[in-house]
Amino acid sequence: MKTRRQFIKISAAGAGAAALGLHTLNVKGLSLFDSNEQEPVSDENMKATPTYCEVCFWKCAGWSYVDKKKNLRKIIGNKEDPHCQGRLCPRGTGGVGMYNDEDRLRTPLIREIDKNGYQYFRKASWEEALNLVASKMEKLRKDYGPESLALFSHGTGGKLMTHLAKAYGTPNITAPSFAQCRGPREVGFTATYGEGVLSPERTDIRDTKCLVLIGSHIGENMHNGQIQEMSQVLDNGATIITVDPRFSTAASHSKYWLPIKPATDLALLLAWINVIIEEKLYDEPYLKKYAFGFDELKAHVKDKTPEWAYGITTIEPEVIRRTAREMAAAAPSVIVHPGRHVTWYGDDTQRSRAIAILNALLGSWGRRGGFYNPEKVHLPNYPYPPYPKPKRSWRDAFPKDKYKLVTEVLSSGICYASIPNPDMDYRMHGWIVYGTNLMASLPEQQKTLEAIHNLDFLVVIDTMPMDITGYADVVLPECTYLERYDPIRTSPHREPYIALRMPAAKPKYDTKPGWWIAKQLAHKLGLDDYFKWDNIEEMLDWQLKKVGSSLEEMKRIGVKKFPREYKDLYNLQGLPDYEFNTNTGKIELYSTELAAEGFEPLPDYTHHPEPPEGYYRLNYGRAPMHTFSRTVNNHNLWDLKKENNVWVNPKVADLWELKNGQEVWLKNQDGIISSFPVKVRVTERIRWDSVYMVHGFGQTDTKLTRAFGHGASDSELVSKIYEDPVMGGTGMRSNFVTFLKENPRKNREEVKA
Amino acid sequence: MAIDTKKCVGCSDCVVACQTENNVPHGYCRDWIVENVSGTYPVVEMEFRSERCNHCDNAPCVRCCPTGASHIAEGGIVLVTHDECIGCGACIESCPYDARYPHPDGYVDKCTFCIHRVEKGQNPACVDVCPTHCLHFGDLEDPNSDVSLAMKDRKWRVLAPEAGTKPQLYFLM
Repeated sequence: MKTRRQFIKISAAGAGAAALGLHTLNVKGLSLFDSNEQEPVSDENMKATPTYCEVCFWKCAGWSYVDKKKNLRKIIGNKEDPHCQGRLCPRGTGGVGMYNDEDRLRTPLIREIDKNGYQYFRKASWEEALNLVASKMEKLRKDYGPESLALFSHGTGGKLMTHLAKAYGTPNITAPSFAQCRGPREVGFTATYGEGVLSPERTDIRDTKCLVLIGSHIGENMHNGQIQEMSQVLDNGATIITVDPRFSTAASHSKYWLPIKPATDLALLLAWINVIIEEKLYDEPYLKKYAFGFDELKAHVKDKTPEWAYGITTIEPEVIRRTAREMAAAAPSVIVHPGRHVTWYGDDTQRSRAIAILNALLGSWGRRGGFYNPEKVHLPNYPYPPYPKPKRSWRDAFPKDKYKLVTEVLSSGICYASIPNPDMDYRMHGWIVYGTNLMASLPEQQKTLEAIHNLDFLVVIDTMPMDITGYADVVLPECTYLERYDPIRTSPHREPYIALRMPAAKPKYDTKPGWWIAKQLAHKLGLDDYFKWDNIEEMLDWQLKKVGSSLEEMKRIGVKKFPREYKDLYNLQGLPDYEFNTNTGKIELYSTELAAEGFEPLPDYTHHPEPPEGYYRLNYGRAPMHTFSRTVNNHNLWDLKKENNVWVNPKVADLWELKNGQEVWLKNQDGIISSFPVKVRVTERIRWDSVYMVHGFGQTDTKLTRAFGHGASDSELVSKIYEDPVMGGTGMRSNFVTFLKENPRKNREEVKA
Repeated sequence: MAIDTKKCVGCSDCVVACQTENNVPHGYCRDWIVENVSGTYPVVEMEFRSERCNHCDNAPCVRCCPTGASHIAEGGIVLVTHDECIGCGACIESCPYDARYPHPDGYVDKCTFCIHRVEKGQNPACVDVCPTHCLHFGDLEDPNSDVSLAMKDRKWRVLAPEAGTKPQLYFLM
């Protein structure tokens, strides 16, 4: 019989002998590695340096392992880190592929035009490229004021670019993660509780008894801590309820899957609220103590019965009642998850409000197994002079009462504010884009292009050529996160933690870290006072010493935990006195803030456009091995998923005579046709009224030797948005596509040939 | 090894972790994910399985190997001694699980259960990386091992039992 303990003592016949055979064998084939070491190297024979991941925003801390020949071999999670508990997700594990990608940007590039009008990139030195950027920024400041510069920044390395932009004098600093992603939930929850959900989300999944996911596809989005905790509570017998028109991975692990008709979630939420109130399943003492507007809410949902919702959502009334009772039975250890990418239909703040209200009725906010009260370490800033006060902001490019409740800068707003408008005397004239591929991260590509064509200059800082780099005047190649220091990670969690990123390897090619780029530009712009440190290590060490650590210590441990300042992780446990940061000091079931600004104080269902005949709603989402459009060329991750498919219900496939694997082109309601064909996946996992695609594929830059032309881009088909009147979010899920079985561009290609 | 199909989300982290741990060349893999969908919308079921070499007790790949490169090492791990392997591919054909591939350097390669780690008392890389903790490894004879505890009170099945290979991957249902 096998006993696994015995094989510890494997000797010559096994691994040892294999290692001996290595040198003769290596010459036989093509070696794909710089080193000839095919065999695994044990951890003790490698050097581990701390890092935190930059493949997505979760930023799990880990260790980069470098062998004696200086090859970066692997990245392993840091066991002390609450973001990952020592286990990175596939993208984090595959981060080595980002470092090794031979298609990386290698040198600064400057756009040139030859005498025939042909535009091309010329390789440039850093000195020349940075001088050019600085001179453009100077000119912008002189011609239109510094407020005509916008910075799009997504990712840690952009933090010092943000600092530079503020020192330069612009308030227009934005990331698509607000208006194109989590903005509605932050605004909706803040209107209710006076605080947002934050990132990582303050959901106490670890201790929950009931997790409700509304279109949130945990498991396909690899938000590491959430996946780990969801998996943990599956063992504890927690109930998972998933609402999704698609049979998602999470749905397959759920006790209840509610295959809702797309765009009707708010009707379901109102029906749930109705059941909780009508059946008196709510947390009465909690509401009495903390809530404002219960009676108004009760009257508001009186007729929002499960039977009413059935006609809208197609979810049977009995299922609505049963799931509501499941939630109530688990309360207050229940989470109606706020989701993350929630800019769907334009009434997303109201939907987020309904989610916030439902949680309040169940008493889950501030309770174990519901929403915890996070804390983070506040690192003091290395001293610098006060920022200049901007005279204008992007809001001044719009009529006065627009975007009043908007709490962050809208990326889409910056984009609109860059398009000349005869009624406005102010607009953006220059963009710096750090670490976000705007062609894929913003909807309405036609507007993004119009904005870009009207800019005086566009600078892109990235590690990879992307769609957006092709439009740049200057491209500045950053080294990857594995080759650089970055600001310390400090993020809200159950306990405050910090994490260090330090280089595991020297930057490849002629690439530089983001902090260095920002500091050089500051110097050329005469802003040295804002960067008084010589190198980032000095700044990090100064900051760390202020909180009782040091760079030396962090290099050893990577992650450091701090005690909580307040002992109130579950701050509403036991119903203590508490004042919420809202107008009434209460949880606002009825929002006085929204009422004051002329918006619906209680969420209401609105009917959204439906697909015309022969068209299907375009839903999109994530695959666990890719982040946005940023990882599709990473060799390790490309190996796992090379292209996306368009998911089609078998009934629809029959109607169109589509076969599994057949290539089709997608055409949307505005006549936009996908640049590339995409293969059909005929599957019972999707409703007949919608199709589904994983986001991020269909890359148009030929320099991406692996990802170019693989799959289709959902972004280019999202040409219509429904703007959220409350917070300016761009609702992207009312775009409809149909199938083209023949290559619509065939004729044109024949002419070309 | 036991694989909890109720928890696996099919993220493929096990595949990448194996690739970076064992230097598996791009385009090849020693472990992989299978997604099984059954039913008709909206009554659908789905199972994810992280699959790899079954390290069979009665291994056809070992029986058919002409040079003895494929062997069952002490403890039950099925291994290939690279310099004894002539790359004939008989083992690839004989494996009912399609667990082996021809390495570009001329030998046949497959999962080793990360023997270099197990020798030191560590888990295979795939087990230690899995964000859902759905992989369990250890000594089936030891009732307190991770794998024994995971299989206790759970239904399980093996793949292609009809092949008579006595596979040692247990899929918890």
